Amino acid sequence: MPILNWRGQSIELSPGETALEGLLRCGVDIANSCRAGACQSCLIQAKSGNVPKAAQAGLKPALAQQGYFLACMCKPEEDITAESPGAGVRTPARIHEIRWLSPSVLHVGIELESPFDYRAGQYLTLFRPDGLCRSYSIASLPEENIINLHVRVIPNGQMSGWLSLQEPGIQLMTQGPAGECFYTADSPEQPLLLAGTGTGLAPLYGIARDALNQGHIGEIRLYHGALNSSGLYLVPELEELTREYANFHYQPALLDEQGPLPQYLHSQHPKLNGWRGFVCGDPGIVNQLKKRLFLAGMASRDIHSDAFVPNATGS
Amino acid sequence: MPTPTLSLYEQIGGAAAVDAAVDLFYRKVLVDDRISHFFDDVDMDRQISKQKAFLTMAFGGPVHYSGQDMRRGHAHLVARGLNDTHFDAVVELLGGTLQELGVAPELIQQVAAIAESTRNDVLNR
Repeated sequence: MPILNWRGQSIELSPGETALEGLLRCGVDIANSCRAGACQSCLIQAKSGNVPKAAQAGLKPALAQQGYFLACMCKPEEDITAESPGAGVRTPARIHEIRWLSPSVLHVGIELESPFDYRAGQYLTLFRPDGLCRSYSIASLPEENIINLHVRVIPNGQMSGWLSLQEPGIQLMTQGPAGECFYTADSPEQPLLLAGTGTGLAPLYGIARDALNQGHIGEIRLYHGALNSSGLYLVPELEELTREYANFHYQPALLDEQGPLPQYLHSQHPKLNGWRGFVCGDPGIVNQLKKRLFLAGMASRDIHSDAFVPNATGS
Repeated sequence: MPTPTLSLYEQIGGAAAVDAAVDLFYRKVLVDDRISHFFDDVDMDRQISKQKAFLTMAFGGPVHYSGQDMRRGHAHLVARGLNDTHFDAVVELLGGTLQELGVAPELIQQVAAIAESTRNDVLNR
């Protein structure tokens, strides 16, 4: 079986075992979270040996060319010597602002030491000083300087609970951005449908404002699904956007009033030929929404999504 | 100068035809009560790229599955009851898709024959 060489340690991988599993089995302390190739927190760099293509899916070409790969997606076919990511992959940042948007959602504003390019709707990974990390979608636009994240605070959530107790000025590390769910200005007249639940609103809010800022003239419909009204947030901001832009419409979709979001969308938009869609949030809902849009006639290439892959480290 | 003979794939329209067919075909599959339940839990993006590969192969294009690939790829579905009637349904929807796109009947027949050649491997017998 292939050997993974890591800081002088030779780890023989079992059949079907990923590089991340091998490292963790041997007690190596390596950052990781989703274990599904999404959060990119287990990014490491190969110094020798070829890594499988699947371990570099979704990485920026520049990173892939330098041998970076995701340990959680890497089942090596040959021996690999790997190292921690070099300086420059992660950017120091500090918390600029922190406040509650709803009883369960925190607004976290992050100021980067050296700003990086990103698109609203992409996500980045936050690292606590002890290395614990989670990914969050970006609700802000690059010109706003502060990166805005919406964090759902979950009972016993290690990162979200910790964040809810922090104050401005606290230092963090960030990595990213990543993700391909963002607006492109190639067809400004195309109608856009944005739909999501929970903090899926973060990327959708960013994408909607990005489209409006870039002069999108087609209609933009944003649906935010929640169990009940206490799950809604940013309502004043979204209503303000609706007043300001004739082509923007915000519609909350409450489970106990409008019913499940996929069915509600179906009743509102039985035909979506020619539309472009963005769907974000819980993976189960995202899959249902994608299918719903597709069956209503939206072309598969026009459906953009970001399913929030849960943390898989068991904590 | 004699006209070079076009392959089946070229006659149908190559990669552009695959792109045109994939959404039509997959939409038919998802709403067909005979087979849609096999696709309930699958990720749409991944499935669409698989459908593209399948269509490319069925159109005589540059994708070559081995019998082993076909067997491995469908074993979990056979375990869930995949049989000849489901296979027939897929071939029927494939023909319907091509008809809708205006492909000539004799080309559709050739596509159906390529799809047919995978039957025993797909059904793992």
